[in-house]
Amino acid sequence: MTAISAPAAPAAPSLALGRTGTATVLLLPIAIINTIGFILPVLNLARMSFNEALTGGGVREAFTLANWAGLFADSFYVELILNSITVSLGITLATLVVSYPIALYLHRSSGRWRTVLTVLVISPLLTSAVVRTYGWIALLSEQGPIASSIAAVGLTPPRLMFNTTGVVIGLTEILMPYMILSLLAGFGRLDPRVEEAAMTLGAPPAKTFWRVILPLTLPGIALGCLLCFVLAVSSFITPKLLGGGRVFLLATEIYDQAIVTLNWPLAATLSMLVLIIFGAALAAYARVLRAIE
Amino acid sequence: MEANEISVPMKILVALLFLFLLAPVILVVPISFSGEQILSFPPESWSLRWYAALADNPKIISAFWTSLVLGAVVTVISLAVAIPAAYVIVRMRTFGSAFLYNLFTAPLLLPTIVLGLAILIVFASMGFLGTFTGLVIGHLVITLPYALRVLATTLGNLNLACEEAASTLGGRPITVFRRVTLPMMAPGIVAATALCFLVSFDEVVITLFLTGPRLTTLPVELFHHVESRADPLVASVSVLLILLTLAVVMIVDRTVGLSRTFVK
Repeated sequence: MTAISAPAAPAAPSLALGRTGTATVLLLPIAIINTIGFILPVLNLARMSFNEALTGGGVREAFTLANWAGLFADSFYVELILNSITVSLGITLATLVVSYPIALYLHRSSGRWRTVLTVLVISPLLTSAVVRTYGWIALLSEQGPIASSIAAVGLTPPRLMFNTTGVVIGLTEILMPYMILSLLAGFGRLDPRVEEAAMTLGAPPAKTFWRVILPLTLPGIALGCLLCFVLAVSSFITPKLLGGGRVFLLATEIYDQAIVTLNWPLAATLSMLVLIIFGAALAAYARVLRAIE
Repeated sequence: MEANEISVPMKILVALLFLFLLAPVILVVPISFSGEQILSFPPESWSLRWYAALADNPKIISAFWTSLVLGAVVTVISLAVAIPAAYVIVRMRTFGSAFLYNLFTAPLLLPTIVLGLAILIVFASMGFLGTFTGLVIGHLVITLPYALRVLATTLGNLNLACEEAASTLGGRPITVFRRVTLPMMAPGIVAATALCFLVSFDEVVITLFLTGPRLTTLPVELFHHVESRADPLVASVSVLLILLTLAVVMIVDRTVGLSRTFVK
């Protein structure tokens, strides 16, 4: 908690209310909003996953494990869960591969050049995911530059959109800034002198990379992968638009169950499942970090 | 041979990866000047017809105004609520400051798809769905953690001596806060303002659950548009949105410096 590290407090406002009273009054607005918009909804969501769904969008107050049991009994949902995890792992790996060289380059560059490139890395974060996904639709569609280039050399272009390929390409790019920033944050221990030492001692570049650079940057890799995995599992806009309703993932299914089918108990159960996957990812991350140390 | 010298193949690889990263954002600019009926690249003819179509689209214009007013209201409330909260948590350090700080920033840990559904279910029973009040509260849930984080950091980094000097010289706490602490917090307040506005203006997943047929925001309207048809209209909106974001970022850069706001 470095963010709030003030030493002794100066004289606090001592109105008629007294110190604790003043603090309570000042905290009341944020506490009310947090309760209405966060605590109540999340508790209610957990509760909803044990309710009974009636046909036609009704909900009956109950305490049943039917939603949970239903998920694991229905092969559609088992596949959906496994597919979400596999696709998210694939996206995480792809994002790592395309982000690592940029992060390494940024780490080694300096001065004005470094600032310009860092702004370029951050700038997509300031652009709406809808806009960036729309850009990918333009790039990957049948009239797009990639398909027409492939057709121009006489080959049949593969389907790049409305399938998992499109979702993976789009999300990889969307998650790159997060990965690059996480990698950079973890590159602190990477000292150019260590690389020089390895090369002076006769290690070829490839060996220097695998034996020196990569191990030193593992903490950054673990952090970036954790972040990208959880963001991929829960991302909705890009899979929905680039998947065109043909790619079934946890997040898109939560939305469909909540808005289209109106099966709130099932949507709530799927949401709790996303949180469980988050917890598992976090536990795996903690374990990896301990192994690195 | 120096180890940190960057080789030519590496430079080419990095340039290509940057192209991949920036391609979808760069591409919307030429597409917005397309003269075609459907989304294609490169367009066979050029025109301003999609900017004109934008001016004639009442749904998008009204969604834009909703987003703008919503962003402004959410930003003002976020500051009014988060400044006192940051003050109590950092300066007064009463009962469980660390716990409260974690609790109030916790919404950022939840995926927006889960938070959106959770809010939808509770707001449905409160009659908040499709209302402006509902949108304001929904957005506050995610702007407040950002505002609190930025403001608490700013407050924690301030030089306490100035405030102590002011109160030693007889300033009442409220006067010290107004005349000394608040002005010193100005850079953090500017950063929090920009961040809250951009987060609210851009928020789409939670908003998607809360909007109704009569009340919608610009990102949600764009989402539904992209979902239903492929034409260059969204490109022209995107270009205007990118310009708006650039303007906000430049204002922040001029007043407090970009690196202190977004990079660190």
